[in-house]
Amino acid sequence: MGSYVPNTLEERQAMLEGMGFQSMDDLFKHIPEEVKIKNGLDIPEGMSELEVSRRMKKIAGKNRVFETIFRGAGAYRHYIPAIVKTVISKENLLTAYTPYQAEISQGILQSIFEYQTMISDLTGMDVSNACVYDGATAAAEAVVMCQERKRSKTFVSATVHPDVMAVIRTYCFGNGVEIVEIPEKNGVTDLEFLAANIDDTTAGVLIQHPNYYGNLEDAAAIGEITHGAGARYVMCVNPITLGVLKSPREYGADIAVGEGQPLGLSLGFGGPYLGFMTCTEKLVRKLPGRIVGQTRDHNGKVGYVLTLQAREQHIRREKASSNICSNQALCALAAGVYMASVGSEGLKEVATQCTSKAHYLAEGLKSIGFALEYENFFHEFVTISDKDSSKVLEALEAEGILGGLALDEKRILWCCTEVNTKDEMDAVVRILKEV
Amino acid sequence: MEFRAELKYSQDHEWVKEEDGVVTIGISDFAQSQLGDLVYVNLPEVGDEVVVGESFGDVESVKAVSEVLSPVTGVVCEINEEILDAPESINEAAFDAWFIKVKDVTEYDELMNAEEYEAFCAK
Amino acid sequence: MLIFEKSRPGRGICALPGNDVPAVLPSQKDLRETKLHLPELSEVELSRHYTELAKKSHGVNDGFYPLGSCTMKYNPRINEEMAGLPQFTEIHPLQPAHTVQGCLEVLKTAERYLCEITGMDAMTLQPAAGAHGEFTGLLLIKAYHESRGDKARTKIIVPDSAHGTNPASAAMAGYSVVSIPSREDGCVDLDKLREAVGPDTAGLMLTNPNTVGLFDKNILEITEIIHSCGGLCYYDGANLNAVMGVVRPGDMGFDVIHLNLHKTFSTPHGGGGPGSGPVGCKAELAQFLPSYRVAEGEELSLYKAENSIGEVKSFYGNFLVVVRALTYMMTLGKEGIPEASKNAVLNANYMMNQLKDLYTMAYDEVCMHEFVMTLDPLKNETGISAMDIAKGLLDFGIHPPTMYFPLIVHEALMVEPTETESKETMDYAISVFRDLYEKAHQDPEALHMAPVTTPVTRMDEVGAARNPVLRYKFD
Repeated sequence: MGSYVPNTLEERQAMLEGMGFQSMDDLFKHIPEEVKIKNGLDIPEGMSELEVSRRMKKIAGKNRVFETIFRGAGAYRHYIPAIVKTVISKENLLTAYTPYQAEISQGILQSIFEYQTMISDLTGMDVSNACVYDGATAAAEAVVMCQERKRSKTFVSATVHPDVMAVIRTYCFGNGVEIVEIPEKNGVTDLEFLAANIDDTTAGVLIQHPNYYGNLEDAAAIGEITHGAGARYVMCVNPITLGVLKSPREYGADIAVGEGQPLGLSLGFGGPYLGFMTCTEKLVRKLPGRIVGQTRDHNGKVGYVLTLQAREQHIRREKASSNICSNQALCALAAGVYMASVGSEGLKEVATQCTSKAHYLAEGLKSIGFALEYENFFHEFVTISDKDSSKVLEALEAEGILGGLALDEKRILWCCTEVNTKDEMDAVVRILKEV
Repeated sequence: MEFRAELKYSQDHEWVKEEDGVVTIGISDFAQSQLGDLVYVNLPEVGDEVVVGESFGDVESVKAVSEVLSPVTGVVCEINEEILDAPESINEAAFDAWFIKVKDVTEYDELMNAEEYEAFCAK
Repeated sequence: MLIFEKSRPGRGICALPGNDVPAVLPSQKDLRETKLHLPELSEVELSRHYTELAKKSHGVNDGFYPLGSCTMKYNPRINEEMAGLPQFTEIHPLQPAHTVQGCLEVLKTAERYLCEITGMDAMTLQPAAGAHGEFTGLLLIKAYHESRGDKARTKIIVPDSAHGTNPASAAMAGYSVVSIPSREDGCVDLDKLREAVGPDTAGLMLTNPNTVGLFDKNILEITEIIHSCGGLCYYDGANLNAVMGVVRPGDMGFDVIHLNLHKTFSTPHGGGGPGSGPVGCKAELAQFLPSYRVAEGEELSLYKAENSIGEVKSFYGNFLVVVRALTYMMTLGKEGIPEASKNAVLNANYMMNQLKDLYTMAYDEVCMHEFVMTLDPLKNETGISAMDIAKGLLDFGIHPPTMYFPLIVHEALMVEPTETESKETMDYAISVFRDLYEKAHQDPEALHMAPVTTPVTRMDEVGAARNPVLRYKFD
């Protein structure tokens, strides 16, 4: 049995007797007998570290790691510079609690302040919080931020990631906000529907850009329609694309959120990831979660603290803007290190390679009979063909390639990033020619 | 600690001044001293209805938030935007840093004069 | 110095090869016009920057961390190593089921062990943190009542001693909160509870042991009062570290629970997250659990519960955190898990006993895994507050206990040593606490100024909130 209790049995006994107890059971005497466990827990006996390591490695071995991946759909394999993992493994950062004690948490607080700066610079917005759980919950929290007393419904485009839509709906099952789905038209948000249905009871409009299918929305036009009705404009964005694409602020967004996983986080079977949230200065009081601010100590030295805390649950309780407490701080740290390591030029290069490669693969697939459903995409795109999607993907899997995500029997959603090489893409085309 | 003689006070530590049918409301010097350094104020909008004993806004210090309860029932006709930008003015001069003005007042809470309120605070 | 101030144009690291395909860019109207200001640093500067930040941080490995209610136990290294296996980190969440059998086995096994430890029938690992779990659990309760056509249940009862997340989560789930006062001993006042329940009661949120570190002996009566009026009982698992393998929430009458894997199951807090907040429930509520669940069969597969409340997060939760917690549970096993809880309780009682002649205990009786002191008498005597003592500890390398919580105790300090601290570590902390008590009487002025050995002294939080500076401003 493994154990992390340092005190020996003798030491424990001495501590007990020093307090006038005979055994551990005396400490639990006041718990009613009828609720106590009688025959122990029905789980296996504990193990030594070596045994645990063997056992877990055996389980891990049942997974298949694909050398080559052309699947995105909300989780993206990018190159993660070695320094990212080094930093997030540092024990003082890894094992620390939320930095409520500012005097001994300046490192963590400063890293969050730097993250807030980088993320808000990327989205072009004024302020960022310290992060939330993931992109989908960030979108759901953004919907809550839009709400005002006299405006009760929020439009969400059908072209957002299905998990984003699902999480927004779950949150709204709780808070009672009315969600109106804007239909998809030609792979993008139906502007006419939005223009015809938006009114002065609309609190917000939320879209994803590039959307779930990788397509570029007419984001500026949606912003104009939204603001024309006096509503708030929320954009869900992939941070990598912002190395090249207009920032949400340039499109007129009031709130910009997204999934931060592409910024230096491993695929990890879906988590932990990172929800980032940024907004205009005007909305900062509505921003949920922790926020770090710069101030000075009693000697005038510049430092950082958690601030605007009276918005939060531990003070405002049932009137808080959100219940969030723990967030994904270490993931935000990773994203900060990633952004600092690639820099402005590096991020542009990553984004350029992503979209260039997606277009290269799309052309290759077109040359062997796949049609592109939409043409104006970034680094994900949808093909349609007579070939059965599952056959296509099986053929690639047999060659060690994880192909795109099957949307149905005919349509596949592909993704390319900077890690995909020309040779890999040529191989896909070569393999699928035969299917 | 200041207790201004010309004002009336509620048990929830608001001060009240009536002039030409319009009631001005703020929090007392005693209240601000208990709350500590204020960092933010939430106020209602002009046109909102306020009700005796119900919250019409709140004040935040760094580690606490306190509701401000209305001593009257009526309609908000003006809010003090200056305290939104400078909540410290409440700490500096609680009786000048009014919160809201209310018209069409239909009901008053039981109010105390300065002397009674000073005794109330001493309890 | 901020990383932006260290940035020099033209510096950077060489991480990527050049583009091996023709460059394609979106049309002009979608191209970014505003300049990016991401830092430009060489790798050595970058590396030193973060080493400097790490030095100015304080983790469990830097010293004793008796932060009440947060269970800052040691984070075993083997857990980190297992969570770092490429066969876990390099797996795309949307891979075909037959290529992720290992991941699904992790989820299934963790679910089974956690259900056994808590006395629940089913569990979702999707929620990312404790508060997220609370929200999820309350939606299960809401879905349950609605499925029975019972729309009158609009209220959640929460004791005034509860964590702030409880009422906040209830509000997010669309409930109004009924706060009931606790008895003087911090336990639920049965009379007040009986008065509060009715046909509008959706449920009760409770943690047991409660937030003052005491086990509520009337627990069966409490849950029965809620059940008999048609409500459900929600267990806040924040304090589970006191009772693992000793007593199970499911046997106390709770219907829904959340756990904090980052507290009880030894996964690191990461400076605020990521955590993991699995939600367990009794069989009749399993149909409402968030997707996805793992089904057993010839091979493991994922499915959605029939009447699911829907997703509360993308994919399957903070998976790599679950890997760490499962490694921990496998290591400790059936004997190690109760051993951890028993030693957590022993350590808390040991510290309480060594301090209670000087410091006033809010409740002077056998505590569970944590205890609460009230510094009210000391403050009246010397002017030294809970905050001052907390800050004084910083100069001795000890992370302060939780301050000013629970709200029902004045000048509260809540101490949770956890089972992973040795007697010597606690003896050192006890001696520091006792020295600070002396100092409070002899030189209170000096204690008001503490800490003095940390990278910064007490911060101007009022200034930070009045004039928020929330990012670096580029020229």
